Formats: sequence, structure tokens, C-alpha cells
Amino acid sequence: MRYAMAVDTKKCVGCSDCVVACQTENNVPIGYCRDWVVETMDGTYPQLEIELRSERCNHCENAPCVRCCPTGASHITDGGIVLVKPNKCIGCGACIASCPYDARYPHPKGYVDKCTFCIHRVKEGMKPACVAVCPTKCMYFGDLDDPNSDVSVILKKRKSKTLIPEAGTKPQLYFLI
Amino acid sequence: MNEELIISGRDNLAVDPHLHIWHWPIPLYLFLGGLAAGILFFAALYYIMGKEKEYPTAVRKVPFIAPILLIIGLAALFFDLRHKAYFWQLYTTIRLQSPMSWGAWTLLVITAASVVWSALHIRDLFPNWDWKYQWLREVETFFNKHKKVLAWVILIYAVITGIYTGILLSAFNARPLWNTSVLGPLFLASGLSAGAASIVLMSKDPKERLLFTKIDLVILGVELFLIVHMFMGFMASTQVQIDAAELFLGGQYTMAFWIFVVFLGIVVPGALDLMELRGYHIPALLPGVLVLFGSLMFRFVFVFAGQVSRWLY
Repeated sequence: MRYAMAVDTKKCVGCSDCVVACQTENNVPIGYCRDWVVETMDGTYPQLEIELRSERCNHCENAPCVRCCPTGASHITDGGIVLVKPNKCIGCGACIASCPYDARYPHPKGYVDKCTFCIHRVKEGMKPACVAVCPTKCMYFGDLDDPNSDVSVILKKRKSKTLIPEAGTKPQLYFLI
Repeated sequence: MNEELIISGRDNLAVDPHLHIWHWPIPLYLFLGGLAAGILFFAALYYIMGKEKEYPTAVRKVPFIAPILLIIGLAALFFDLRHKAYFWQLYTTIRLQSPMSWGAWTLLVITAASVVWSALHIRDLFPNWDWKYQWLREVETFFNKHKKVLAWVILIYAVITGIYTGILLSAFNARPLWNTSVLGPLFLASGLSAGAASIVLMSKDPKERLLFTKIDLVILGVELFLIVHMFMGFMASTQVQIDAAELFLGGQYTMAFWIFVVFLGIVVPGALDLMELRGYHIPALLPGVLVLFGSLMFRFVFVFAGQVSRWLY
């Protein structure tokens, strides 16, 4: 089993519903976020190209945060989801410094927090909150080992990219281009 | 034009607008750890070489401050943790892939060994010292009998500690400025030169001071070479590392790096050491204090600048 997510940069309108849905679903402390929307602009006016991306933890296969964690609090669980065990985390910040996507943050309670791919929902057969709430349905989630999952189907059909694959992290958050 | 903006807003504390997860306790600890490693390295080395009587300051006197430096450093590390009540989780596992994990164990060993080394020489400070309990006297006899083994342990762990303070940073490929393998040897060299400078500062014997002035000069030269080597590596690397090097080549840390670290911390004390060796009388305080200052600034500049260097946005 290998969970992954794909975000359609052509369908995303940058409404930030995914951000609010995540904050509500996961009780993210006020002032923090586990996901965010990036707008990139390329070219010179009037030949401009805009790309919108809903970003979050890439649940990397070669996760630097898991590698550098001194206690094993950061770990990879079933389906390749990268998680943090709060009662093993000492709050040293090594994983935060090691993430090239800056996807982690120190929770006000002291431990490090991040996107969980809404594992609690996924286990119940639901989609992650950000995916479920998207008004343009631009996000796809599922198991890459299952050829019929939403994410496998769309990745077969469309061209995609990952963010800074040259960092060697083998990210599992795909962007349809 | 290429512009990237987070439009949903992201203001995660210590992460945005750029990473600032490690504050002053970390560079302070890296300095104290490196300095203690340098001091202990020379103490163990000259003891093993059988030169304890020739260089008593290096072997017996200066190492008294090593455990103090290490304990202050450990306290700074603890202070910087955000989930302090769980710090003991560090010592429930050894994770070789995590420099912080094996570094924590290394610190434990070198701190304990430095305490024992100081305890063996306690009568230099308090001639009438008595351990009071028989078992403590037996422990002292045991370590006195195996002092050479202890010296070897200290020598090896001093090198590991000195290098580890650099590897701790170089292991993060997310921060292009840190992600260079030169950092391990560079931090070790900086720690060794700080150690040699403290011996020059504390010794009253001209012969001992002359030797450690020479050693200091050589290590400062090595440091300068490694810094040039580091920039050559950056400039021949990927765009993110070229951008990282720019932080010191016109960017916001240019003045701090070249004035405090390179000029005042390496070039000036090196020149003063050279003048001393040529027969000019230089107050010993000056080069020694400058080397220690440069070594401290090096950690501060590197830890802070490294957190500014990044891949995205």
C-alpha cells in the first residue's frame, strides 16, 4: 500500500478551502497551518503563466525528517504516511530544519506537528479533509498500488510533476500539469 | 520573471518567513562543544605522547574547564528543546542515521570522561583533597591504573565531538548552506584552534605557549583553506548552493562572516601568531581572545545563515 495525493494545478482556483478544512478537521492551533496554497507566475506580461498548487507534507519515501529524528518520534506508518508520535518527540527541531518543503512546525504544546494525510479519516474509508472539501474537485487521493484508485487513474491519464525531486526525497504529492 | 507566492497565507512560528527554529543556545552549544573537544584532544594527545610533565597546562590544567563547558553546552541544548519533559527519549534509542542521536550519546561519553580526567588531577587545585568514601578512592585508583586507555577514549571521542558539531548541520540537505561535507572538518579545525588558543591563554610556560602558538597558526591556515574550499564547492554546485554562498558574497551575512569570522577570527590572530614567532612581543591575550571570538561567531553566523538558505519560494 502506498498512499499518494495528486493536485490538479489547472483546476485549482486558490480558494484556500483546503487550508480551512484542514485547520478545522485537525484542530490546528490558531495561526498555524498544515497545508497552504502557492501561486507561481512565469513569463513576462502579457505572456504570463499562472500555476496554483495546494501544498502540504509530501510524505516522502526517502523522508529526511524521519532519518534525522533522534528519538524515532518521526516515523513512516502503513501506506507510507509520515507521522510524529508526540510522546516521543523532544521538540529539538531537527526534522523541521531537515524538511526542504518546510511542511512541519512546532506545535504550541512543544511537539512537532504536520499533515497526516488525515489518517484517521482514511482508516474509516473517507478522503482527507482537504480532498473532500475542494469545490473544484482538483485533488485526488488513494493507493498507488491499486491501479483503480482515484490517484492511480489520474496519474496514468495526465502529466504530473513533484516538487524539487532533486532533493532526493521521493515525494508522494503529485501536481498535474 | 518567475515569482512564487504563498497566497493562502502561512505564518507558522519559527518556520515563516524563513526558518528560525534554532536560536542562540544551539550556536553557543556548538561553540562550547567544539572548544571542549579541542581542549580534551590536546590533553589526551600530549598525555599519550608522554609529555605530561613538559606541557602540564595542556594536559592537566586547561581540561578542568572542559566538563564545565560541556555541562553549560548541554544545558543550552536542553533549554532549546520545546518538549523538554520528554528529553529522556533521546537516551532510549541509538539511531545511527540521525547525527543528533549518536551525537547525544557521544556527548554523554565525553562529558563523563572529562569529569573523570579532571577528578584525577583534582589535587593540582586542592592539594589536600580526599574522596571521603572508600569506593571513590577505588574508582580513582582504577582510572589512574588505566589512564592511558582513558586518554585514548578521550582522544577519539574529542575528534568525534568536534566533527559531529559540523555533521549535525551538514546532514540537512534541506538547507543548502549547511549541506557540505567540508563542514565537519571545518568545525573540528575551529574547535581545535579554539582549544589551542585557550592553552596559550592559560599557560605561563614560554615553551608551552610557543608550541601551541605554532599549532594554532597551522590550524588557522587549515581553516582558511577549508573555507576557500567550501566556497569553491558551492560555486561549482547547483543553483540553491550558489544562492546559499551568495549569503556570504554580497548577501545579508557578508559583513558578519568576512569581518568577524575570517578577518578578526582567523587572519588577524594568525598574523599576530606569526609576529610572535618572528620575535615581536604580542600580548598573549589578543590572539587567544580573537580566536575564541571568531570560533563563536563562526557558529552563530553559520547556524543563522543556514536557516535562511532554502530550496523553495
